[in-house]
Amino acid sequence: MTLEWLIIIPLAAALVNLVVPREQEGVARWISLAALAADLVVLLLIGGGNWSLPGERGLWMVQSNHQWIPQLGISLQFAMDGLSFVMLILTVLLGVASVVCSWTEITERVGFFHFNLMAVLSGIIGVFLSLDLFVFYFFWELMLVPMYFLIAIWGHENRKYAATKFFVFTQAGGLLLLAGIVALYFVHGNASGQYTFNYFEILQVQVTGRAGFFIMLAFIAGFAVKLPAIPVHTWLPDAHTEAPTAGSVILAGLLLKTGAYGIIRFVLPLFPSSVAEIAWTVNLVAVVGILYGAVLAFAQTDMKRLVAYTSVSHMGFVLLGLFSQSAMALQGAVMQMLCHGISTGALFILVGMLQERTHTRDMTRLGGLWDLAPRMSGVAMVFALASLGLPGLGNFVGEFLVMVGAYKTFPWLVVAAAIGLVLATIYALDLMRRLFFGPLKGSWSFADLSLREAVLTIPFVVAIVALGVFPGPVFRTVQPTVDSLAKAGKELHQVQSSLGEPSGNGAVVVKQSITSREIRWRMP
Amino acid sequence: MIASVPLEHSLLAAAVLFALGLVGVLVRRNTVFVLMSIEIMLNAAGLAFVAAGARWGQPDGQIMFILILSMAAAEVSVGLALAFQFYRHFKSLDLDAGRTMRDWHV
Amino acid sequence: MCDLLWLIPAAPLVGFLILIVLGSRIARTAVSVIGVGSVGISAVTAILVGVDVIGGTPPGDAFSLLMWQWMNVAGFSAEATLYLDGLSLVMMLVVTIVGFLIHLFSVGYMADDEAFSRFFAYMNLFVSSMLILVLSDNLLFLYLGWEGVGLCSYLLIGFWYREPDNVAAANKAFIVTRIGDTAMAIGLFLLFYSFDTLNIQAILAAAPQQWQPGATTAVLAAALLLGGALGKSAQLPLQTWLPDAMAGPTPVSALIHAATMVTAGVYLIARTHVLFELAPQVQFAVAVIGVLTVLVAGCSALVQSDIKKALAYSTISQIGYMFLALGIGAWSAAIFHLATHACFKSLLFLGAGAVMLSNHHEQNMFKLGGLRSRMPVTFVTFLVGALSLAALPLVTGGFYSKDLILWYAWASPVSTWWIWAGGLVGALITGVYALRMVFLTFFGEAKGHFTGRPGLVMQIPLIILAVLSVLIGFVQTPHSLGNIELFSDLLRNVFPAPAEVSATLSTEALMQIIAGLACLAGIAIAYIFFLRSPRWSSAVAENPQGALLHRFWFMGWGFDRLYDRTLVRPFVFVARINRRDVVDVVVTCIALTTEAFHRALSLGQTGKIRHYAVGMAIGAIITIGIAVLL
Repeated sequence: MTLEWLIIIPLAAALVNLVVPREQEGVARWISLAALAADLVVLLLIGGGNWSLPGERGLWMVQSNHQWIPQLGISLQFAMDGLSFVMLILTVLLGVASVVCSWTEITERVGFFHFNLMAVLSGIIGVFLSLDLFVFYFFWELMLVPMYFLIAIWGHENRKYAATKFFVFTQAGGLLLLAGIVALYFVHGNASGQYTFNYFEILQVQVTGRAGFFIMLAFIAGFAVKLPAIPVHTWLPDAHTEAPTAGSVILAGLLLKTGAYGIIRFVLPLFPSSVAEIAWTVNLVAVVGILYGAVLAFAQTDMKRLVAYTSVSHMGFVLLGLFSQSAMALQGAVMQMLCHGISTGALFILVGMLQERTHTRDMTRLGGLWDLAPRMSGVAMVFALASLGLPGLGNFVGEFLVMVGAYKTFPWLVVAAAIGLVLATIYALDLMRRLFFGPLKGSWSFADLSLREAVLTIPFVVAIVALGVFPGPVFRTVQPTVDSLAKAGKELHQVQSSLGEPSGNGAVVVKQSITSREIRWRMP
Repeated sequence: MIASVPLEHSLLAAAVLFALGLVGVLVRRNTVFVLMSIEIMLNAAGLAFVAAGARWGQPDGQIMFILILSMAAAEVSVGLALAFQFYRHFKSLDLDAGRTMRDWHV
Repeated sequence: MCDLLWLIPAAPLVGFLILIVLGSRIARTAVSVIGVGSVGISAVTAILVGVDVIGGTPPGDAFSLLMWQWMNVAGFSAEATLYLDGLSLVMMLVVTIVGFLIHLFSVGYMADDEAFSRFFAYMNLFVSSMLILVLSDNLLFLYLGWEGVGLCSYLLIGFWYREPDNVAAANKAFIVTRIGDTAMAIGLFLLFYSFDTLNIQAILAAAPQQWQPGATTAVLAAALLLGGALGKSAQLPLQTWLPDAMAGPTPVSALIHAATMVTAGVYLIARTHVLFELAPQVQFAVAVIGVLTVLVAGCSALVQSDIKKALAYSTISQIGYMFLALGIGAWSAAIFHLATHACFKSLLFLGAGAVMLSNHHEQNMFKLGGLRSRMPVTFVTFLVGALSLAALPLVTGGFYSKDLILWYAWASPVSTWWIWAGGLVGALITGVYALRMVFLTFFGEAKGHFTGRPGLVMQIPLIILAVLSVLIGFVQTPHSLGNIELFSDLLRNVFPAPAEVSATLSTEALMQIIAGLACLAGIAIAYIFFLRSPRWSSAVAENPQGALLHRFWFMGWGFDRLYDRTLVRPFVFVARINRRDVVDVVVTCIALTTEAFHRALSLGQTGKIRHYAVGMAIGAIITIGIAVLL
């Protein structure tokens, strides 16, 4: 029963925020903080109670299952494994950060703002927890609408455009995902005789052949938009740039991760043979994204836009890790998800602080800010370095593992991806040069980090260093998930070799398989 | 069994009624007349249902007619209310006066 | 004693943390105590450990210390392990002792700087990273130190960040070295792929069994590691960042860009020498790059007017000697030159710093002069350094190390005559530019605004380094001059014995005489052109061909301009024209097309109900018609 509380608590807080009286809207901030704190406590209680024996426990730490619409095989099926646990911790902590960082930035309709914030967060938590495909899709869409409002109401000058673009892109991706889910429902039901959205039951029978391939493509398309992969990334710079700071933090830190999470949770285990077929192509896209995003980041003059394009580049590493079919790279990808959430979240917070002080995001008007705000600059330096993949900071661990894992199968793509490290150095150092170094440009005068801001940013610094030097706990937490995927891959490999078929040749029996010829479209 | 009107005759009458109604909708500008024409079209459809029901000896046709009757009543009340509001707003019952309500940003 | 090995990199790291957190809130005295003291602790520990190792039985035995498991995941593991053998011992001693002296000097040099604590914080972080680099037993952990020193180099070059040029130089240094580092990272992937480990000793042990000499993978791995070394050690063709790096404070140039960080490439190649022996082509390329760099950088050093730039080119050139030595398999000679170079080059930089501090930060040698009597201590120590750089026979450390390299270049079977000749010409050039600096700065008429001698805290490191520059030579002398082999004994367990040289003692002595003559000739040329009759040098410079050559060498052989035209500008151009993101433009086109359709269709909205009714009627007729017909 406990897992539901993780979703219910922020959702309830969201509803309470909605009815907070106008005169005391500040209360909404405290309500949100309290709800997130409660969520964190519940999460740690669940995690702490089940984490103690990493070697012996199974894949799933906690599960819960309730009937919802049994006629259609839909149930409220929630479960948490190490991957979800890690992502949920990130969600709650970034949630706290986004409440704190909008403390002074948001002054209008505070109650409604926090309603949306908490609603997005509960949607994200739902995505990280639900296994039933139908419920997953429900939460997937639940993230979308409040995020739209966050951008469209509290965003910057061009917010309507950005919000609409964000909505159209993610909605289109979402619909492809829905099409994939429904198709999978019928194809699977047709083959097994049991029409269900239940994750475990769908997992029992692998859909291969052309049907499996196209369903997988729909899934990948849906997740790639969120990730975002080239060429469906263009919503991201606009949305990140126009969103309020909290919106950018949640977008970059969490929403992008749901795409990668979806791939790990659904695409990789459900379609292992089709994934093997398409891996090279997806990795090519990933590497192009790494390089293209980095070059574009360098060219920007809007500092939020620059950070946004770095996300495109960094998430390319995640995608490369996911489709490299190596446990090492997969671990690296998860690490990169986590560290990108922290480092880019922190960069957006810092940029947001600068914008709050100067009311501009145009880097040509800023410069030499180290004189004014040495502490802020120092913190920014740490995250610029994290961005360029400095060893000792978390991102390096992720990127290095991704590349070393992928090198075995895709050496040339990894060599190209490594060039991304040079390009990352160029944009990260250029960001520092343009904003903080050189003579002070203009007649700005503002205070260095306040106590609230210091309390907000220092944990990010500590976290990114800790992950860079002692990444072990995260690896151990995620290990069972990665192992289960690797095992599935190995089974596939064995079956393929026992059948004597070359890999990637359509129908492969794992436990029971379906080819396109067998599909008859009929209702349950 | 009473002597029945041939199906063709009643359908023809329904068609003629329908055409009359349609022409009325298309050519009249007065809101009340347009509403009346719509009533005529509805009744034409109802007649066709009744005739068909009689032909096959089934009650469905008459059931449909009752449905049409009740729907027409609802429609008339809404329509008249609209007409009333229309008149209050445009000081006229000329439907073309409502043209100004169209999307102007084109 | 070896159990305290962890303290050596940890002490400066703690110093860094204290300084960066408390920084501006503690007094300058406290900052200097923490900043210098932490490196001092390292140095003392390093010496104690060194005594322990050298005195232990058997001497020079390797020792390793696991600090923590950095990564251990899905078949990939990297330990943070320290490894101490002769090679890392030498490096560790150089880094800590020279580092400590430079820190001490900095207390005086940076005394008036507003960001005093930030300076020492960065310097401490550097020492810590450098020690991790030289002590690491794992290539990934080494890479941590490798990038860490690069970071500190960047931070310290751009230390005076208000000057845009300094920041540009800092960025350039980081980016250019990062190009090499990326090659090295790919090398690590390749090595891991081949050996399933990144533990250095394990790789060195497994490589000869797994790879034939000259195997493609071996060549590739060695070439990629070489890429990293070229960037870090500022060798051709990645040397362009080092002259610009002189924008940093002078102690930084002394510590990072002369004594320690730039020699990391030499260390890396020496550390992984087995891989290079398995890839003879690459090893020969190392020698060729070395000799080319010696000459190219040496010529540029000849014509610089900025004393620090001259020293920077000289550093590139001297590291070229080390690469030359590595390339011909004279491993311990390369490390020996590394050690002597660290002493005399940091001495020269600190001397230059003292000169600048006493002359209103004047760096142009032509605007200095006659400082001999004004700054006697600085003059004497600088002269010792310059003579050691020029390799004055018999009495200077530089002579013994450079002579060793030249001797191997002559005698080694893998060497060729032109490598030796190049090295010899380089020695001549070195003599010229080394003494040119002395003559221009300290002799001649007094120019510049002299503001006072450096304090004791700066003079003491100068004196100690001068003494070291002389004494260090006598730990390794050739057969003809006593045959002391303390240094190569220390490295005996690390490197394979050099190839047997069947040369007589007299040949060796002849070679030494030739090398000595080259140095003396260089000094003589410098004396004639820059002290006795300076108009000769100006005559050469004013001659059209001479002026052209002067300009060409002054600009560092046009490498900067070449890279700017072929790499930097095209990249910036492509990035700029694509600022709006061509993919986004396509997306916008889709949106615009949709909008155009919308406009076209909304023309049908007339506002007349009867038009809509007609439309419906026609639609109904068509639909029914289709239904009936089909």
